[in-house]
Amino acid sequence: MAAISPKMAEEVSQTAVPTPKSITLVISKFNPNHESSYKFVEFKVPVQKWTTVLDAILYVKQHLDTSIAVRYSCRQASCGSCGMKINGKPSLACYTKISELNSDIVTVEPMSNFPIIRDLAVDFTSLFSNHKKLKPYIIREDSEIVGDAKEFLQTPKDVEEYLQFSYCIKCGLCNSACPTMATDSSFLGPQALTQAYRYVADNRDKGKKERLKMVDESHGIWRCHFAGSCSKVCPKGVDPAMGIQLLRGYLLGFRK
Amino acid sequence: MERQSNREGVKGMLNPTRYGIERVAYWLQRLTGLGLLFYLIGHVIETSAIVNGKVAWDNMLALTQTTEGHIILILVIGMSAYHTVNGIRVMLGHGGIGVGKPGMPDYPYKAASLNYKQRASIWISIALAIIAMLYGAGVLFGD
Ligand code: SF4
Repeated sequence: MAAISPKMAEEVSQTAVPTPKSITLVISKFNPNHESSYKFVEFKVPVQKWTTVLDAILYVKQHLDTSIAVRYSCRQASCGSCGMKINGKPSLACYTKISELNSDIVTVEPMSNFPIIRDLAVDFTSLFSNHKKLKPYIIREDSEIVGDAKEFLQTPKDVEEYLQFSYCIKCGLCNSACPTMATDSSFLGPQALTQAYRYVADNRDKGKKERLKMVDESHGIWRCHFAGSCSKVCPKGVDPAMGIQLLRGYLLGFRK
Repeated sequence: MERQSNREGVKGMLNPTRYGIERVAYWLQRLTGLGLLFYLIGHVIETSAIVNGKVAWDNMLALTQTTEGHIILILVIGMSAYHTVNGIRVMLGHGGIGVGKPGMPDYPYKAASLNYKQRASIWISIALAIIAMLYGAGVLFGD
């Protein structure tokens, strides 16, 4: 085995992984079945430049407290499972690097406006039921798989009308940031309203009238006041605020 | 079991600090809307004093000539200016005007609806409200 000269050793040590610094990860812990309120628990976590908040939580789970409840899956902002409040703002834990938070104290809490199952895991029942309520599929009588009908061809321009809205991963960050969701438990929410627009904007869909009727109610589209917070936190560029305003444009007669 | 809803409530709704100038604009719009509603109620009470005769009317009018009365009127001027100009932005936005066009989403996914025209309109609304208040103060407290 070749010996390493002192100079080489110095070069190796310069390119080696830097010693990790530590941050304090503060995790909100709460089990509604056994406790009456949440408590914040602090953990010291070593972090590198690339450590994400999810990595830090999983470090705690692996080494310090196995009982932390957190939902995650893909670790690449595709599944929408790890939404939580990070330093007060709804974000995806797998998509937020500790280094970009510019703070040695990182606090993670469950997303607001969702019932807490335990610790950081929240209940998505109402998000999914509102999503389903607005019929998130193409509605039309005929089908390309029966009769003489051909494929429903679309131009790239037709696709662009709805493409960004179809990027929604149902992470719920928009519903957590929405000021109306903060007080109105019956509000459909930015996620569902945007999905209604996603199908209305699709020229294969014939369900526009039906969907407009569904959102045109007191806890529907009229409760959106265009605060834009949903679009601020959306990690996929869906821009719910835009979708909702474009949808409302039909009801107000600005669009045909 | 009914799970605790964990809603942010009015405190969260009114917290203007986390989501940029658009949320501040929303907060100011609500606040000025409430302020103008209270003013309207006060104004109806004030003008209804006329049914109690000239003395009652003059006494009520004298209240608006005090320093406190002037300050309230200056606030009303600011609230009206902001609520109107920002309200026009919001109304047009509600119709889908000025909120950008759907397109191919590209990393880092900047939301087109939070565009510079929207932000500029918000700052213009705030600036106009300040100018209107300064003008009002000049008229009310001037010679
Ligand atoms: S619109 Fe954006 S923030 Fe809302 S659920 Fe879909 S991906 Fe998440």
